[in-house]
Amino acid sequence: MTRKYDLTIIGSGPAGMSAAIRASGLGLNVLVVDEQPAPGGQIWRAVEAVADTRTGELLGDEYRAGQDVAQAFRHCGAEYQPNTQVWQLEPGWHIYMSQAQKAEIVQADNVLLATGAQERPAPFPGWTLPGVMTVGAAQITLKVSHQIPTEPVWIAGSGPLVLLYMTQLLKAGGKIAGWLDTAPANSWRRGMPHFLAAMGSWRDMRKGYQWIKGLQAANVPIHRGVRQFSAEGEGRMTHLVYESSDGASHRVPARLLLVHEGVVPSIHMTRSLDCTHTWLPDQACLAPNVDSWGQTSQAGVFAAGDATGIGGARAALVRGEIAAIGVALRLGKINEQEADRLALPLRGKLAKELAIRPMLDAMYPPDQRVFQPSDDTIVCRCEELTAGDIRAAAKVGKPGPNQIKSLTRAGMGPCQGRQCGYTIAHILAAEQKCDVREVGFYRIRPPLKPLTLGELASLDIGDDLP
Amino acid sequence: MTRPVYDVAVIGGGLHGLSAALHLARAGKRVIVIERAWVGRHASGATAAGVRTLNRDRGELDLSLESMEMWHDMPSLVGDTCGFHASGQICVAESQASLDKLTSRVSSLQHDGYTHEELIGPDELRRWLPALSHHCLGASLARRDGAADPHRMLRAFRQSAEAAGAVIREQCGVTGIKRRGSDWAIMTTQQEWVVPVIVNTAGAWSARVAAMVGDDIPLATKSSMMMVSERLSPFIKPVVSIMGRSLSFKQSDQGTLVIGGGLQGIPDLDKESSTARMRVLAKGARAATDLFPSVRTIRIVRVWAGLEAKTDDMLPVVGPSPHASGVFHAFGFSGHGFQLVPVVGAALADLIVRGTTARRIENLSAQRLMATETAHKTLTEPSS
Repeated sequence: MTRKYDLTIIGSGPAGMSAAIRASGLGLNVLVVDEQPAPGGQIWRAVEAVADTRTGELLGDEYRAGQDVAQAFRHCGAEYQPNTQVWQLEPGWHIYMSQAQKAEIVQADNVLLATGAQERPAPFPGWTLPGVMTVGAAQITLKVSHQIPTEPVWIAGSGPLVLLYMTQLLKAGGKIAGWLDTAPANSWRRGMPHFLAAMGSWRDMRKGYQWIKGLQAANVPIHRGVRQFSAEGEGRMTHLVYESSDGASHRVPARLLLVHEGVVPSIHMTRSLDCTHTWLPDQACLAPNVDSWGQTSQAGVFAAGDATGIGGARAALVRGEIAAIGVALRLGKINEQEADRLALPLRGKLAKELAIRPMLDAMYPPDQRVFQPSDDTIVCRCEELTAGDIRAAAKVGKPGPNQIKSLTRAGMGPCQGRQCGYTIAHILAAEQKCDVREVGFYRIRPPLKPLTLGELASLDIGDDLP
Repeated sequence: MTRPVYDVAVIGGGLHGLSAALHLARAGKRVIVIERAWVGRHASGATAAGVRTLNRDRGELDLSLESMEMWHDMPSLVGDTCGFHASGQICVAESQASLDKLTSRVSSLQHDGYTHEELIGPDELRRWLPALSHHCLGASLARRDGAADPHRMLRAFRQSAEAAGAVIREQCGVTGIKRRGSDWAIMTTQQEWVVPVIVNTAGAWSARVAAMVGDDIPLATKSSMMMVSERLSPFIKPVVSIMGRSLSFKQSDQGTLVIGGGLQGIPDLDKESSTARMRVLAKGARAATDLFPSVRTIRIVRVWAGLEAKTDDMLPVVGPSPHASGVFHAFGFSGHGFQLVPVVGAALADLIVRGTTARRIENLSAQRLMATETAHKTLTEPSS
């Protein structure tokens, strides 16, 4: 028997959990599936187990706030299925998923994609060497297993997460060999025009200021305006090479480099469903178009949280609730007046939570360096193709990303283009001297996540499909 | 009147279009290939790339056998092997009934003098396919068959056609075709061309192009799905199919498993795309894991479907238009046109340059589909 739901929510981070709580409260029959073993998403990863520990304390109040939400989620009445990967969505809506190597299809009248964000892939020479990882991944290790690097680490990149992680790392007793700040030298000045608007989020601004003060107090060597850096080593990273703002080149021994260039919405599912998207030039990424209830261009497919545009955890909580109300409205569980009445306070809250974003976007614009890696830089990790390989293939005709895929196999590996999609699009745009929007992006092929032949075979129940 | 700059316009830049352009340009014709998207966008780029005579319909077998000779001599045609390996194609029988069918087919072929297919018993089958499940009873085998690399082939055919003087115009969709004197005027999204001869190799959209010159040829659309695994070390060389089930199973040069066999997605000609149906692909996964239990844990990383035209009798249309003089059709390959690429282009060039061909296209006329509704249905074959 196929399980049927009013609403299936994919992801149990802030948006997914708050949507589940609200939707259940409105009488909807809800299933929440998530890849992780426990609720919280990336931002509140393992929060139930960690919040009350010493790690929870050093991760801070913002992190521990997730505990109450997770508890409310556990008791809200929604069915919660952890350790589950969704690998295909088909109209109807049929959600294909696997848990413990067993595949299943459930049907839901509405789907809410609360799939969050991913770190922006930022290729540079040597980024695939062991010893290089992302700040986000390092922070997850801290959250899940209280692990911090034993030796001093190098950090390269910019954005709030970099500051937050460095602060947490120092608190946890870690050491920072140096921070290569890749934000433009005038980042505060760039942010100033948005300062007044951002005052609504004054707590966040104060927090950011305190982080920077803390780093300075701890004497973290900060190298501002770094434009180029690379990791070197045979088999693993042994040296870091960077160019300081005065143009001088430096080569220092380094075994661990953490990088981060901001986060972008996870759009794999909305793209695979052919939802319409808009290019956000400030964040150099695509985001699905959603109406005021979070519904995408595909009827019955909703999106909430960072998956619709980066807004952070508190904004995600609000967006999740609004989407739940929107689903209830679509199902006829409540009428329009009721929906508007419920959503009114939430919309005000959301505007406040998003107030700081224009300032952050202006301060931390994605660095163009990230999109124009040198010829020797690997851009497609799965197929080990360099930027030079892509540029060579782009010489014949005027290929778009999908043609480059057939020509070179870029984007054909297990990550299915999540790592190289934006980079390839930017390289092609530069080669063809046009806007990145014009060259387009990869079509997303199923499955959304690799699954085994055995799992797929388990769905064949011997019936006679044409 | 505009003087034609080109002698022939090939509509559709798939492999068949490129092959026609190549042969025509080598024969001295000035050729333009008009392609709506880019070369190899649909079926040619999405093919499983099996090079198969095994289980070919008798209506196209002679043509296919001639093509096979050309495959074995591919470098002399396009300067590259196109990644072709003659590693054989095997059709496995899981039951006595299936084995009986294979046996009767092979003996009927041999009775008529065809030697390309042979039967092998369980022991020899095991030598060809050590990882094969032990429930399989025997198989038919075509030793000179194999598989190729479609993208390498697209590159080789494109380069050879261009080297021979053919011009390829991509991102150029045909919007209409009209008679102009004894020539044809082709309206496109870029410009207009006037040519005496048109070759229609528009794949899934061929019926629409045919209709533009007044030919009403009933065509259905196939949207055969494929799935590809992560890379693994070499464990199988031939292409394997199963008698009575939808499966084509092989390992590519890159080490990935490529699994197809004609399982159908949902085509959409207007959107120029098709939607995969994972529930249907589950059958292919089941067939693959039944044959090779060790692949159960291998991960599928990608699924896609290509679009192409299918005829009522599953044989292609290759030859002149019955009504529109100067128009030549080559489409409707119904899931097994890849192997025919070298020879069909040559046959079209014969027809256009010399007005006749010795190549065996006598069963492939458009008239057979247009005349009456006498549907001579044959068995559905596995796709190439």
